[in-house]
Amino acid sequence: MVLVNFALDFNKLLAQAKELLDVIAAKIQNIINFSLIYSSFPKLLDGAKVSLLISLCSVILGVSLGIIVATGRLSKFWPTKAISSAYVAFIRGTPMIVQIFIIHYGLAEFGVTLPAFASGIIALSLNSGAYMGEVFRGGIQSIDPGQTQAGLSLGLTPFQVFRYIVFPQAFRRVIPSMGNEMVTLTKDSSLVNFIAIAELTYRATLIASRTYEYFTMYIGIAIVYFAITFALSQLLALLERRMGPYDSDSKPGKGLRR
Amino acid sequence: MIQIVNLEKAFGDNHVLRGVSASVDKGEVVVLIGASGSGKSTLLRCVNLLEVPDAGEIWIDGVEVTAKGVVKHEVRRETGMVFQQFNLFPHKRVIDNITLAPKKVRGMSAEAAEELAMELLRKVDLADKARSWPHQLSGGQQQRVAIARALAMQPKVMLFDEVTSALDPGMTGEVLNVMKELAADGMTMIVVTHEMAFAREAGDKIIFMHDGVIVEEGPPSQLLVNPQHEATKEFLSKVL
Repeated sequence: MVLVNFALDFNKLLAQAKELLDVIAAKIQNIINFSLIYSSFPKLLDGAKVSLLISLCSVILGVSLGIIVATGRLSKFWPTKAISSAYVAFIRGTPMIVQIFIIHYGLAEFGVTLPAFASGIIALSLNSGAYMGEVFRGGIQSIDPGQTQAGLSLGLTPFQVFRYIVFPQAFRRVIPSMGNEMVTLTKDSSLVNFIAIAELTYRATLIASRTYEYFTMYIGIAIVYFAITFALSQLLALLERRMGPYDSDSKPGKGLRR
Repeated sequence: MIQIVNLEKAFGDNHVLRGVSASVDKGEVVVLIGASGSGKSTLLRCVNLLEVPDAGEIWIDGVEVTAKGVVKHEVRRETGMVFQQFNLFPHKRVIDNITLAPKKVRGMSAEAAEELAMELLRKVDLADKARSWPHQLSGGQQQRVAIARALAMQPKVMLFDEVTSALDPGMTGEVLNVMKELAADGMTMIVVTHEMAFAREAGDKIIFMHDGVIVEEGPPSQLLVNPQHEATKEFLSKVL
C-alpha cells in the first residue's frame, strides 16, 4: 500500500517536473527574443565600437596619467607630492558617476562645454589615472633601492635610472594589477551612458525601452562586455608571459634560480 | 688623487663620520677596515656622493666634488662602485648590464660599447656568459659582472663596498682575484672589506676606522703586524 502510494506520488512528481521544464523552455524562448537581438545587432555593434574606443582611449590616458601621478607621489618635492596625493584621495573618495557629471555638466557653468564623448573620456581617464597611480607607486616602491644606487653609481641621471632601470622592472611587476584596473575601467565605461554617449549600454537601454525586452537586451550586452574583458584578460596574460624571461622575484645573491 | 678633509656625516642623532681626513694616491689600493657601524661604508659612499656629507670636503683629481653646484652624476661617471649585493639589473642580459651606462652616459655607439663589454667580460673570465641573464649566474659570477659593469665607465677610481660579504665562501676567491689583477694593472681602489688576507696581499695602505674616526693608518706590514692603538689591536685580534 505504501509502495503503491509512493509510485503514484512519484509519477505525479515526474509529471509536474516535466510541466515545469516545458514552461521554462517556453519562457526562455519568450524572454530571450533572438530575432530582436538579430535585428538590433548592427546598432549594438556600433555601440560596442564606441565602448571599446572610449575604454581604449581612457586606458592609454589613464596609464600615462598613473605613471605621472606615481612619480608625483614619490617625489621629494612637497607641492608635487601634495597635489598628486590630494588628487588620488579625491578620485578614490567620490563616486565615478558624480565625477562624470562634474566634468560634463558642472564645468559647463564655467563656460567649459565639452562634447559628451570628450567628457566621458576625460572623466574615465582622470578616474583611472588615480587608481593606476596607486598601482604604479606600489610597483616602483617594490624595486630594491640597490638598483637605483647601482644606476646612479654608473653616472646615469636620476631620470635615466627611472627610465631604464626602475620603471621597466616595476612595469613588469604591476601587469596583473594594471590588468585588473583595465578590466574595471572597461566595465565602468558603461556609466557614460548617463551623459548620452551612444555606447553599448545606452543603445541597449534605448532598444529595451522601446520594445520592453529588458532581459534580452541586458543579457545580450552583458555577454558582449564579458567577451571584451575576457579577451583583454587573455591579452594581458600573454603580455605577462612574454615580458622577458627573468624571474622578477629572484634576488641577486641567492645564486641560481629556475 | 683623492683628498678627504674633515668629513662629517650624521643620520639623525647617529654621527657616523666625525671628522675624517684621508688621501688616496693615483694607483694606490687603500683598504678600509673596522667593525660594523664604524663608518667605513658611509665614507666610501660619500666619495661618489651616494651619501652627501654634512661638512668637510672631498677632492677628486683637483676638483672639489662636495662644492655647491657640482653635478652629482658627472662626478659618479668617474667613480665606479661595486656593491655587497651585486645589484645587477635583472631585466637586462649580462652584456646589456655592461653596455647601458657607456651608451647612455658616454654616448658610445652600440658596437663600440659591446666591443668594450666583451673585452671586460674576457678580463673577468665570463665572456661565455654575455647573453645570459643575471639570475642564471652564481653569486661570484654576478659580482664579477658587476665589476666589469663599473669598469666599462673607465672610472678614475673604483670603490668596493664589502663585495665578498654576500658570497658563499667558495666564491670569494674568484672575485678577489679579479680585484688583485685590477690592482696590479694600476687601478686606484678604495676597498671596504673584512678579508684580511686580501688587505695584506693587495693593499698599499690600510685605514682602520672606529666610531666614525680614523684611528690608525699605514702599510699592511705595519698596521696588521704592529698596530699602535688599543682599538686596532682589539679589532685585529677578533678578525685575524
